[in-house]
Amino acid sequence: MNDKQQVSRSGQAQAAPALIPRVDVIEDDTGITIFADLPGVPKDRLALRVEGETLQIEGDIASEMPEGMEAVYAEVQVPRYRRAFTLSRELDTAKIDAGLKDGVLTLRIPKTEHAQPRRIEVRSG
Amino acid sequence: MYESLFTFPGLFAEFDRLQRDAQQAFGALGLPSSIRAVAQGAFPAINIGGTPAAVEVYAFVPGLDSTKIDVTVDRSVLMISGQRSRSASEEDSKISVYASERFAGEFRRAISLPDDVDPARVTARYRDGLLHVTIGRRESAQPKRIQIN
Repeated sequence: MNDKQQVSRSGQAQAAPALIPRVDVIEDDTGITIFADLPGVPKDRLALRVEGETLQIEGDIASEMPEGMEAVYAEVQVPRYRRAFTLSRELDTAKIDAGLKDGVLTLRIPKTEHAQPRRIEVRSG
Repeated sequence: MYESLFTFPGLFAEFDRLQRDAQQAFGALGLPSSIRAVAQGAFPAINIGGTPAAVEVYAFVPGLDSTKIDVTVDRSVLMISGQRSRSASEEDSKISVYASERFAGEFRRAISLPDDVDPARVTARYRDGLLHVTIGRRESAQPKRIQIN
């Protein structure tokens, strides 16, 4: 969307490595809905941040590991998810609604009212 | 010890490839990607661990009702299967779908367990989208301290 901005941001060193969660992004007339798969992340280990036009989702996997467990095989090798999105201006970041259920984060980002489609009444006479 | 039973070189390679694809699609890790960017992949991811008393299997299956996940143990094969529905109906013409990376449809994964597990001692818990299956090992297979008289 804005290459210059992204390049300058990449200069900032990101902390620990993280997995990129899979998402569905759906737009309708009134806003955008994001569904993100964050299996293993409880509510208190999830962080959502909006900085300017960037929305960042970060979550830590909390899995109960029995004492003395040795990893035998691992497809998920990093206990953290992180993903960031650049939002567009017509989205109202102050009114983001977030819900987390069974490891799926649902984010609803409404469009600002003036950006929503309107039907214009035609007066007769 | 159990490595021979648990190494799936094909799957490992596949997972690495998926990760590379994802990284390619989004540039360096952590870099903000467009909210309308796209990527594809596999489901569910599985981690396996072992203790002297049990085999621990973690399956990353988010967004399911615990009653809709089937966990079966047949001899020494653990099968995890179920179905996940799509988040948005495709028929709805008023919506635009920018990313549909999340898995939808039927899934099934088989995990071969070591020979010393006891199929009668299996427990499964589902929490925050993470399925944790514990399969106990047979008493006779567990390490025992031998008393010296």
